[in-house]
Amino acid sequence: MIHVDDLSVRYAAATALDGVSLRVARGEKVALIGANGAGKSTLLNALSGMIPKAGGTIRLGGQLAHVPEGRQLFPDLSVDDNLRLGAFRARDRNPAWIYELFPEVGRLRQQRAGSLSGGQQQMVAIGRGLMARPDVIAIDEMSLGLAPLIVQQLAQRLSELNAERGLTLLLVEQSARVALSLCDRAYVLETGRIVAQGSAAELTDSPFVVAAYLGAPVEETS
Amino acid sequence: MSAFLSYLIHGIAQGSGYALVASGIIIVYRVTRVVNLAQGMFAVVAGFGTASLLEAGLPHALAEPMAIVMAAAVGVCTGYVAIGRRGTNPQASLIATLGVGVFAYAVEVLTWGDQPRSFSGLAGSHELFGVDIPRQYLLIAPITLLVFAGLELFFERTYAGKCMTACASNPYAAALQGIGVLRMGLYAFGLGGALGGIAGVLLTPLQPISYDSDVSLFVNGFAAAILAGLKRPVLALAGGLVLGVAESMVAGYSKASYQSSLALLLTLAILIAQATRREALHVVEE
Repeated sequence: MIHVDDLSVRYAAATALDGVSLRVARGEKVALIGANGAGKSTLLNALSGMIPKAGGTIRLGGQLAHVPEGRQLFPDLSVDDNLRLGAFRARDRNPAWIYELFPEVGRLRQQRAGSLSGGQQQMVAIGRGLMARPDVIAIDEMSLGLAPLIVQQLAQRLSELNAERGLTLLLVEQSARVALSLCDRAYVLETGRIVAQGSAAELTDSPFVVAAYLGAPVEETS
Repeated sequence: MSAFLSYLIHGIAQGSGYALVASGIIIVYRVTRVVNLAQGMFAVVAGFGTASLLEAGLPHALAEPMAIVMAAAVGVCTGYVAIGRRGTNPQASLIATLGVGVFAYAVEVLTWGDQPRSFSGLAGSHELFGVDIPRQYLLIAPITLLVFAGLELFFERTYAGKCMTACASNPYAAALQGIGVLRMGLYAFGLGGALGGIAGVLLTPLQPISYDSDVSLFVNGFAAAILAGLKRPVLALAGGLVLGVAESMVAGYSKASYQSSLALLLTLAILIAQATRREALHVVEE
């Protein structure tokens, strides 16, 4: 579904991604873990064509929806409008099935997106991504700033979509715990390079990952 | 009383024109973050265009709409020069629109000459409370209201309108949905051109237009636009009317030459007020 080979991205003189290779197969659930500034968002922006690449190749085997960090909703538009805009490239712009998926969002459809809570906004952001009827959805920092219960709920919905509709997931997370519990496989990104990869189980047991990303159960500070 | 009424009606007509120019400025600014200094030029082009088309023997029902379409096309071209190159920052685009405006002077003088031109609008007049009001004056406000109602419907009810609002609100997120932000910017310039064109077509019969009429139209339109906080086109209607009526009263009851300073004074006052408010915000944030 996603084939990335030797991808490099530069901002002015700085190298943001350096020879990154990554594979995601259809129907897989893959996590991309890394600290702030490791290049995770840059990789997603390159995948969705928002920034040019300096080298390497990206091949997508289907439609990709990119749910950006910080949700990035249209705050002055209603929830309904936000969802419909997600279907800009799709034929069917009826968001009814998103309301079935997230009943809580269905009750807020006429509200301004900017007035919702963080968790509700994340549901709308994911819903907006799904409106494009993607084959793969890439979600940047889904869990950031959200209560664990909400994150669990969102992860549950995504797992169902993966199991029932074969939706491929690429989760980009600072929180390795969330990512490794939801996904089958993961890549670890550090300063623009992939430094580790493997199954979720392997990485959870790897001393390197434990030390750097799972160590002490630290509270999210940012 | 009769003098007051005639100043009022004159002010409403003039203010409607300002409001149309202002709404063009706002729409372009919201979608592209560019203050389009060539906005007044669209009215001039439409005014001259209508005069030429009428002289060529076309009926009003064709000449005016064609001139408005022409102004819209000029708007898209202006947009292409201003924002067509990817990554142009809004300040550079602003200078580009100034350049387009000056370039347009040359084209206008070569095409239409440097003398003011006009054409007759709606003939006849109505008597209202003992005052003879030319019909053209009474035509402007209703048409302007219709245009603003149309704009409101477009932005609130149509998918294309929502796409434009999305680009204004968060260009990055809009691009992620596949919305062509550049294309929407060009549409905004086209819409701005059409709105300026409507203003030109409506105002020229009241006041002959010349190649440099764009300056006073822009200054007044911009004042009305920032009076509306550069936010919603509908607020610009209020801004334009307030300004038009105030100017008409100043011209009527004191000196006509004070009229043109009013917009500049108002602009200055609003900008200073906003600048100080921003300053205050920064201090609080720190």
